[in-house]
Amino acid sequence: MSEPVVQQDPSRSSYYLGSDFYRDLVDAFTGWQTDAAEIVDPALRDSCRRLIDREARLLEQDRHEDWLALYAAECVYWVPASPDGGDPRREVAIAFDDRRRLEDRVFRLQSPYAWSQRPASRTSRLVSNVALYETADTDVVMARSTFHITEFQDGDIRRYAGWCGHRLRRIEAEDNGRNWEILAKQVNLIYCDRNLRNPSITL
Amino acid sequence: MDGPAPDTAGRIDGYDFDHLIQDDRVHRHIYTEEPIFRAEMTRIFGAVWVFLAHESQIPERDDFVRSKLGLRPIIVTRDSAGKIRALYNRCTHRGSTVCRQDSGNAKAFQCPYHGWTFLNSGKLQGVPWPDGYAGDMSDAKYNLAQVPRVESYRGFIFGTLNADAPSLIDYLGPVARPIDEWLDRHPGGKVALCNANRLKLNGNWKLVYDNSADGYHVVFSHRSLLAMENRLADGGDKGMAFYRDSPDSRPMYVYYFGNGHHYKDKRGNVEARPGALWEIEGPHPGMEAIEAEIRARHAARADELLDLASSEPVNINVFPNLHILGNHIQVVQPVSMTETDTTWWGTAVVDDDNALDGAADAINMLRMRTMEGFPNFGEVDDLANFEQIQAGLAAEEDEWVYCHRGLGIPGRITEDEHGTLKGPATDEIFLREYFKEYRRLMTTEPRIGIVRDV
Repeated sequence: MSEPVVQQDPSRSSYYLGSDFYRDLVDAFTGWQTDAAEIVDPALRDSCRRLIDREARLLEQDRHEDWLALYAAECVYWVPASPDGGDPRREVAIAFDDRRRLEDRVFRLQSPYAWSQRPASRTSRLVSNVALYETADTDVVMARSTFHITEFQDGDIRRYAGWCGHRLRRIEAEDNGRNWEILAKQVNLIYCDRNLRNPSITL
Repeated sequence: MDGPAPDTAGRIDGYDFDHLIQDDRVHRHIYTEEPIFRAEMTRIFGAVWVFLAHESQIPERDDFVRSKLGLRPIIVTRDSAGKIRALYNRCTHRGSTVCRQDSGNAKAFQCPYHGWTFLNSGKLQGVPWPDGYAGDMSDAKYNLAQVPRVESYRGFIFGTLNADAPSLIDYLGPVARPIDEWLDRHPGGKVALCNANRLKLNGNWKLVYDNSADGYHVVFSHRSLLAMENRLADGGDKGMAFYRDSPDSRPMYVYYFGNGHHYKDKRGNVEARPGALWEIEGPHPGMEAIEAEIRARHAARADELLDLASSEPVNINVFPNLHILGNHIQVVQPVSMTETDTTWWGTAVVDDDNALDGAADAINMLRMRTMEGFPNFGEVDDLANFEQIQAGLAAEEDEWVYCHRGLGIPGRITEDEHGTLKGPATDEIFLREYFKEYRRLMTTEPRIGIVRDV
């Protein structure tokens, strides 16, 4: 008789986001933007910048599955509700998604019954000011970028502005030349602690 | 009194509330007319007990948090003597706000404009170059105004300007029982606020109150959420799936308590055993990982602990601005006639006596994620629908909004010895009854006042 197979597919179950993972994530997003840790290599910066630009482009084009493919299997998408990021173990965030919840989010956005996205929003996303920072792991870098998203929906225009922290891990280059995957993305809205109208797009 | 003056029939600018609020329908004007909105800020928000803050936001002496009473800017302080006060955030000199920070700790507030300084009791401590004033600046009329009556119920701080209002406990009446039950499932019978999902809508504040005990909208407005929560589940019974087939025949009920308060109790859908609440939670980030940690450390009582991370299936609605639902404390704040902030405070388990054997941190890790689900994937759809009501109500000649579901069906509503009315989950009795209280308040002149004596 075979042993029961533990369900470890992060699209179906969430065994990776335990207390150790939380601790490492909070550590990774604390105190990383030091001048001493900045990476000045233009080629490296360009390769990361290409990924961040691609992410914005895929979201503008509503290519949600292709966007999800930029993320590691065990990933986090984090939009803090406080300007200093806060501690997701003790505070609610605007969003704190694991792989399965990101797929939930895409499932809902594609549903004809997600009234907050009927009609669907159109977005334009500017990303700039990319800077890279090294980490203790030579295959992992942190990237800081500034974004400005303009959303148009049913006659209304809304704006999201802020900066992102991407935690990126080097992978074998794919056909399209992509050689990083996103381990975690922290989206820091400048008005994260104010009431937001219909925050239902993916940032 | 800053609302428009009523005429002798209790009308406001000619609006007749006996016409606007009828047994089976209400007139669109209560959502679309500026004079009515302005009157609500005094006749509703000035006359009844309004939720201002939670004591966990100001745990220490000299702590403060900004709030509002209707449109009035308020600073809720725990003053240097430990007394909780609701000060008007308005300098007595020229009217500027004196506190511009959401929360913090301060013994005094200095107006940035001309430097008048007020203690956190509201007392004027001093003004720059006082020899420039001929009169006595220690006159209480220069102290900050404050809400004359501030009371707490189990951590919930309310204030009222109305000298004739009953005590807070009498105002709450029977709604105190579900509040007690909601608190008492937590260790120490308390929770602490822990940041918020903050949303807003371009719509009137009552559109939120109208929805808060509504069991009729769930499978329609939340169709995407229900589908999302059950996309991976074999049985498809996650979240609010118990609404799916015939909600009026399920063991869940809507209650009307009086004073505008109402309640939806869905707990009868969940088996009364540890772990049953956790089992109907839809997928949430990290739930399997943290559950495994809790089961490894607390095998004997893991189910009971996991239930504390699960959403409590109740909606407790305290008129006019407080909703306790799931594990959230939702506060509704009118901004203008057609703009409303709705802030979903998360709540954390606080375990001062270690009744949970050290499991509180793990429970809170799960609880933060379960709380993020509904604002992200449920409330946004409701708010879109509320905004579309405001848009639809622009149709002037189409005057009426109906709320008569259940009205006139014999035996559908029962009344207990306290006068509490009870009906099936999708009944609109909670709307009809709260509108009657709204009509009473809008046609009554409250005796409103502020105090300055400290």
